[in-house]
Order: sequence, then C-alpha cells, then structure tokens
Amino acid sequence: MHGNWRWPASLPCRTVATVPPSIITARDLRKQFGDFVAVDGIDFEVEPGESFGFLGPNGAGKTSTMRMVGCVSPITSGQLRIFDLDAASDGAAIRARMGVVPQADQLDAELTVVENLVIYGRYFDIPRAECRRRAAELLEFVQLTERADERVDPLSGGMKRRLTIARSLMSEPDLLLLDEPTTGLDPQARHILWDRLYRLKQRGVTLVLTTHYMDEAEQLCDRLVVMDQGCIVAEGSPRGLIDQYATREVLELRFVTGDVGDHDAAPAVDIAGIGDRSETLPDRTLIYAHDGEAALAEVHRRGLDPVGSLVRRSSLEDVFLRLTGRTLVD
Amino acid sequence: MSTPTTLRVWESQAMVYRKIWRSHLLLAFGQPLLYLLAMGLGVGALIDDNTASVESLGGISYFEFLAPALLATTAMISAGQASLWEVLDGFLWSNRYRAMAATPLSPTQIATGLGLWHATRTAIGVTGVAVALALFADTRTWGVVAAVPVAVLCGLAFALPLSAWSATRYGGTSFPAIIRFGLLPMFLLGGAFFPIDQLPDWLEPVAQVTPLWHAIELCRGLVIESVDPGNVGVHLGVIAAYVLAGWLACRVTFTRRLMP
Ligand SMILES: Nc1ncnc2c1ncn2[C@@H]1O[C@H](COP(=O)(O)OP(=O)(O)O)[C@@H](O)[C@H]1O
Ligand SMILES: [Mg+2]
Repeated sequence: MHGNWRWPASLPCRTVATVPPSIITARDLRKQFGDFVAVDGIDFEVEPGESFGFLGPNGAGKTSTMRMVGCVSPITSGQLRIFDLDAASDGAAIRARMGVVPQADQLDAELTVVENLVIYGRYFDIPRAECRRRAAELLEFVQLTERADERVDPLSGGMKRRLTIARSLMSEPDLLLLDEPTTGLDPQARHILWDRLYRLKQRGVTLVLTTHYMDEAEQLCDRLVVMDQGCIVAEGSPRGLIDQYATREVLELRFVTGDVGDHDAAPAVDIAGIGDRSETLPDRTLIYAHDGEAALAEVHRRGLDPVGSLVRRSSLEDVFLRLTGRTLVD
Repeated sequence: MSTPTTLRVWESQAMVYRKIWRSHLLLAFGQPLLYLLAMGLGVGALIDDNTASVESLGGISYFEFLAPALLATTAMISAGQASLWEVLDGFLWSNRYRAMAATPLSPTQIATGLGLWHATRTAIGVTGVAVALALFADTRTWGVVAAVPVAVLCGLAFALPLSAWSATRYGGTSFPAIIRFGLLPMFLLGGAFFPIDQLPDWLEPVAQVTPLWHAIELCRGLVIESVDPGNVGVHLGVIAAYVLAGWLACRVTFTRRLMP
C-alpha cells in the first residue's frame, strides 16, 4: 500500500487511522487440494461499498477463492483478512457479518419459503420475532411475498435464487458474497436479479461476486479481476480493462468453410494490417479496430467476401480472449 | 464446545420434524405394539408353558422378557433411520449443513446440535414404546421411566457413529448393507428375542460388545425391577463409549466435509 517504505523500527508503531481498512485483503492467497493448485497465489483488495467481481471460465478457481473468503475453506498459505480479522482464526466472527449466496442453492425443500428465511436467521442467533419481521421485509424486497407459505420445490430457478439472496440478507450483512448469481437463469430472471443487487449496492452493501458472463460483470462490477487457472491475469474496471486490452470496436466476420476464415487457411495473409490486430476462432474472425465500419470497408476493398459481418463494441469477452487466447464460455 | 448457538441446529431439525411427527410417532408406537401382541403374547403363550424355556429366560414370562428390549431396539432402528439418508441429505441434496456452515456455526457445533436432535427424536420414539409397555400390567412399572434415558443413550450410540459415516459419503449405496448386515441382525440376534447364550459360541462375544445388548440388558433389568447394580456401570460405560467415539468421529468427518 505504501510502496517499499517501512515504518522505522525506532518510531513507536501506531495504527494509521487515516486509511480505512479494506473489507477484504488477500496476499499471495493459495488453495491446494492435495497436489492440485486451485488458487495460485493471488492478491486483491475489496474496499467498503465497492462491487467487486471475479471473472473467469469454469475451473479458474473462483469458487475456491469465494469459499476461502467465506471462511468455509481453510487457506493453504498466504494471508486473508476480512473486516480486519484473520480468516484463519476468526472464521465465526467473520461469517457472522457476511451473507453468502453459494453457487448451488441450498434451500431446505422440506420447509416453506418463509421458514427457510426464519431458520437461517436463527443460525445467526437473531430472535424469532425479529427473524419473522426481517423475513417479511426481505420477501417484499425479492418479490416473493405471495409465495411465503408455499414449499420451496415448485419455485422457478429465478425465484429460488432470489430467495437465496433474501436468505443471505437475514443477518443484515455488510458484505455479500455471490457465487455465479445468475448462472442458468433466463434473461428476464437475470435482469430482475441484477436490479435487486443494484439496489443493495446503492444501500451500501459491499458485493463480491463471481461470474463467467461478461454482461454480468459489466452490469454489476465497479472493479474486477480476471482469473484463469488459479491466477489473476488482469485487474481494473470493466471499461478500463476493455480500453487497455481491446479496441473500441470489434468487427466479426464469418466466412464459408474452406475460405479465409477456415482455421488452417492462414487468414492473416489477407486481413493483415486491417485494424489493430485479429483473432481467428473456429467459427469466426475478429478484427479489433477503433472504427469497425472502416475496417469492414477495407475488407470489402480487398475483395474478401464474408458471409456475415457485424460491428460491435468490444466487451470483457474480448479482454479475456486477448489475455488467455481462449474464449470464456464454450 | 456447545454454546447455545448449537441449539439452532436442533431447532432447524425440529422445524422439519414438525412436518412428519405423526408418522414417526405412529411408527414408534405402533410397531412395538405389534411385536408385543404377536411375539409377546402369541409366541409367549407357547413358550411360557415350557418349564425349560422359562428357566432359560431367568424365570420371567416371555412377554416380560421381550417388551423392555423393544425400548432399546426401537431406539436403535429409529436412530439408524435418522442417521443415514437424512444426514447424507444435509451434505448432498438439501445441503442443510452446508448452509449452516456459512453462518457463525462451526462444523463441531453442527455435529453436536445434530447429536442433541438425535437424542430428542429418539426420546420421542422411545416414549411411544414406553406408553405401549404401560398398556400391559406386566410391564407397567416405574422402571419403564428409568429405561427411557438408557434407550436414548443407546440410540445415540448408533446415531453418532452412523452420522459420522454418512458425513463421508457421496451416495447411499452402503446404507442398505448397514441395515441388512448390521442393524437387522442386531435386532434379531442381539438379545431382544432370546438370551444370547443361545447363540453359537463364536457369536455370543460379538453380541456382548454391541451397545444394543448392553442397553437391552439394562432396560430389561430396570423394567422388571431386577437390576444387578454391579453391571449397571459396565452397561452404561460400553454404551457411553460408543456415544463418545461417535461424537468425536462426527467432529472430524463433519469438519472435513464442510471445511475442505
Ligand atoms: N474440494 C475439491 N477437491 C479437489 N479439487 C477441487 C475441489 N474444489 C475445487 N477443485 C478443483 O479446483 C479447480 C477450481 O475449481 P473452482 O474453484 O470451483 O473453479 P470455478 O469456480 O472458477 O469454476 C477445479 O479444477 C476443481 O476441480
Ligand atoms: Mg464456481
């Protein structure tokens, strides 16, 4: 935080009160399962009120990281402080102040919607009457009031997800961890969820989430890290990352098989020099350019005839492709 | 170890139980009653006419021999049922214990709270049996009341080790074998229906190290009011050893499963 400057040993050591502590500080954080390294020495910080994301493909180590932050998985090595407490020794105190939305819903199918909330509040030792009050309020917030006394089973995926979010808020946490909050949901359900999360953020709840969806990261995160194979490969705001690792626009070209776009037929010969750079994927070729229309005009001028073309703004998907050479969701 | 928060785990299980208590109690009350009528009175009528048989039962009627044992066997069966699929469910399907682990509750508290719940659930079932015993004059003694906590302890002697085992599982494939080759033989051969000295010589010491046999002996002694005080300590000690070992095992397996 202060470069290489160290507090001189001769001076009395006092806490510096001017810098508010981060909500989460991870230093060289590692997680190993046997010989397998799931998280390979990552550093990150999350500030109060911030909405922070882990973006990465399946297997990148996002859940492993979230579970360590959630104090339900001991760290293998490194340092992890949450609320200025040590994750290794103060797990219960940390968990008491944190809400968790796990990757897979963990709702009790034998209980009703409202019972699921009340009993969860009880785990935090909140009095029963208060649990019921909060449950009613939260059901309102996640728009499930009419379902309060129904069993959980028949709820749709989106409703279960919203209920899980409501449950995680029973303890009125300062920090909310969300592991792939909208994976598997239809577009409408995702937008309802994003809207609720956005409101939480406005209320000052610190959000930490993982996702492998670009649009989600762009919608929800102030700042994010891109994870791949247990490492952080980039960090920044969604816009900043796009500016740094991609161009303003992207031209997507589709060619018929056997033509330029074919994997084996080196397309670089023909499109070389158009835009800043290009990527050839199995089904399409991407040309990164400040002005996509100009790039398309150049493609046509060279006599190339793609069967399809599309100019779009670049996204985090392009950032990921640039950083790892792979697409994020296959 | 057990702070009051541990009771929240108990509360959660109780909330689920509230939905099924009728069927559980009906089973706990009805099944022993059936055994009492069919075996105790029916089979007993054949046995009690035979002097040699009565002698081998220690001079009591077959009904008096069998009925108290049902307190212990019911505890075992009921606790066994609650410790296999139901516990696995908390780790695998409903993920109830995983949800708890994300709260201030620790895996040890979760295991302990579950143990307290097992004790409660067993107590409810065993009380059903006690009521059934009280219906018959031969077994309507104050000893029945004293035998209830013994049976509960017996339930825990099965519930905790089996819960520890279930916490290591990723499917229930081993459970039918546990019931068929573990619980059922104990139920049939463990001293409830006939004295274990009738067993083949090699099997008798096996029966003697099961918590069920010790619980049966103690329950029987208490109900027919002929306890040998010298044996009480041994009986309770063996049962308690299983309970303690089971709880320690639960602490380990719950922690491993919930905090990998
Ligand atoms: N309990 C575990 N035991 C062994 N390997 C695990 C365990 N949990 C996760 N892994 C492995 O660690 C890697 C990262 O997994 P995970 O953190 O779930 O990634 P993500 O959430 O980004 O998809 C995966 O290869 C996964 O198989
Ligand atoms: Mg994951």
